Amino acid sequence: MNIKLRDPKEIMKLSRLGSFHQSKLSFLRSFLNEFKNWEYKRDLFNLDKNGYGEVVYSFKKDKRVYSLVCFANSISDEDRSDRVIATKWDAAFTLHDGIPSKIDIQRLKNEVPKQEIGRLSYKELTLSRANKSVRVFNHVVDNLSKGKQPDLNLLSKVGYLYRTTAVYGSGKFGLADRFRIKDRDEINGPFRLEMMLVYLVRQFTFDQVNHVAYNKDPKKAVKLDLNICKNLGIGNSTGLGMAPFIVNHPTLLNNWIMCREIALQKIRQIKKVDKKDFNLFLECVTKSLTNISSWNTESIYQQNKIKSLLKNVQKFLNFIKNHFDFKTDYSFNEIYKWLDKNTCIECTEYIVSIMMEPYDNITKPLIKLMSSEEEKYFNIPTEKNVEHLRTIIEEKYSDILKIDFEKKENNQNFWFISKNKEEPRLADRYEEHGSELEQPLAIARDITKLYKKLLTVKNSLSMAEFLSNNTELRHVIRRAFILEKFPYSEIQDNTISKNTIPIDMLRLKLSFFGALKFDPRSDKWLRICMFQGAPLPNDLKNYDEQWVYKTNF
Amino acid sequence: MKSLSEIETVVKRASRAAGFSWGVSEDVGKSIRILELFGLPGLKNLNQYFKDRNNKKFESLNLINQNHFSSSTFYCPITLGISFLDQIRSIDSIKKITFKNIAYPIIFLSFLSRASEIIGKKILIKIDENEFLLNYNVNIYNNFFNKDLLLDGKIIEVEIIDNQDNFTDNEWKELYKLSENTFVEETDSLKQVGAGAGLTDND
Repeated sequence: MNIKLRDPKEIMKLSRLGSFHQSKLSFLRSFLNEFKNWEYKRDLFNLDKNGYGEVVYSFKKDKRVYSLVCFANSISDEDRSDRVIATKWDAAFTLHDGIPSKIDIQRLKNEVPKQEIGRLSYKELTLSRANKSVRVFNHVVDNLSKGKQPDLNLLSKVGYLYRTTAVYGSGKFGLADRFRIKDRDEINGPFRLEMMLVYLVRQFTFDQVNHVAYNKDPKKAVKLDLNICKNLGIGNSTGLGMAPFIVNHPTLLNNWIMCREIALQKIRQIKKVDKKDFNLFLECVTKSLTNISSWNTESIYQQNKIKSLLKNVQKFLNFIKNHFDFKTDYSFNEIYKWLDKNTCIECTEYIVSIMMEPYDNITKPLIKLMSSEEEKYFNIPTEKNVEHLRTIIEEKYSDILKIDFEKKENNQNFWFISKNKEEPRLADRYEEHGSELEQPLAIARDITKLYKKLLTVKNSLSMAEFLSNNTELRHVIRRAFILEKFPYSEIQDNTISKNTIPIDMLRLKLSFFGALKFDPRSDKWLRICMFQGAPLPNDLKNYDEQWVYKTNF
Repeated sequence: MKSLSEIETVVKRASRAAGFSWGVSEDVGKSIRILELFGLPGLKNLNQYFKDRNNKKFESLNLINQNHFSSSTFYCPITLGISFLDQIRSIDSIKKITFKNIAYPIIFLSFLSRASEIIGKKILIKIDENEFLLNYNVNIYNNFFNKDLLLDGKIIEVEIIDNQDNFTDNEWKELYKLSENTFVEETDSLKQVGAGAGLTDND
């Protein structure tokens, strides 16, 4: 059966992208799979009784070593902030390429805690910082020091001991450029080293809390139960910084979405679904109900989405159990069609993600295709003519061309870089100053401008000639030619509309990271949890690949 | 040390702030990144050029022909570079293109390097006494080592080199003959069973 890939004009809408969920293709899961056979070690543990000092963890295989260097510091409650404007954190981390020498550690001690104003070197790969969830951390220390395990209700409400507030890589603040490491087999997948950092930070939080509890009362203290550790993840606060990334990396975005779409296509094309595979799928959907019902958020917007998701997943399970026979030919295709017709977008995308669980043979080869050699597609094919470009726009941006940018609400916002923190921000162009310094992220509006201009010139005019008089449209001309080759490279929506929900863009990226339990704190930032339920480093060799659906919290 | 990623980002933003469109600024970011990767002083020249733009006028050249002589002002290396890059497929057949007076020609060089990759041909550029051989944007061979700023180029000759070997036929033959010493002479019986050794190829 020939099943087409889903239409980018449908999939690349923000409401759809903002309903994506983690899957086997997600980076944190593919990271665990890649590194499960590496040797994990805690190489240095030099904390004082309060938990301040240095710790080093490593993953090693053959001659390759990656080391997480952690610095835990004392900060006052007033200094603790998850916002990007903070200057002090409970802990700061860097992933070092190799085994750090004493001189390296001393150098890093001076730089890593400073984060954005520190300088790293080509020997460092990623950089991050994190703050304690003070309430949870102190509760765990108090209980462990008294010989008791902590209150699981409290832990399940939060889900982690620490929250990271930024994870940097790819050449930022002097870190190694990607070209230095991109040919290494083990990091042949996006954000793999960022995932490694976060994963090892999670282990640091357990080791630190045990250490502090022990020093509080060495006679009575017990260690945090390993099963509780496994059910704790690492939190993250994420703001608008992520949103421009997916606009600025069109071929990378395409490859992420394309792999997901190909996986779905291949699964829908399976004629006879194996009973074992179907049971695994059904087991994951059923067990995942715990993830939905334990998904806490104060956001009314998200609460409504969760309610709808829960209701729809239950409806789906009822359909499967009472009205569906998996022996039907192309049963996953039938399931998809049913979902599309009978459930909300959030539920459809949720189940699509879970459909991948039984099919390593489909997902594993795709994971290797999720990076991008962006440079290859940067040059504009200037030998093409106006007619060619106009046809691309009419075919690929047809929904965008329907947006009326004369209407104020469609042109309401502008993206800019904050002078204070060099981070992307979004503001109302009619109320705030600075729109003359707008970033080139209003793609829908600029494509519309380009199209109008193309209608006024000769079809046979070459792009080289057109560009010589229309330099202000160069950035979107480049994008249109990229979209011609990469159908999922463009968000098919207006990113500056009054109605745009920026966190939809964040959720898209975070779902590919493998984040769980999106907790919007406004329409511009959210909290998430990563690695909750994931195997601990010492258990990586034989772990359950469906751990995501088996958390107890 | 600044990473190439930092260099590209800062150059892109600075170019926009200097008055270029976002699309052109993206190209300048990529181009300066390439120069720095090849060990040429791209950022230094760009910084000085942007300072000069505050109090000097530079000429924009949008259409590339065989000869260009700007007598009173210098050509802007960015506009010129972008034009050269965009038009490289149509000017590919011109053997030699001559310019008089280009400001900060090292910046111009970066766009030519990318053009060399697009057409798959080497480009030789002479900027007064300095020579640069642009090899498909893989490297730049030059005699500009240890020099910093090049404020202007008075006479600039750009030569698009047809693909040809860097050695003589005789040198090739000699080396080929030597390489044959790794081959083994086949026996007659082995020749009978090699690929394509059937009775007919018309089956």
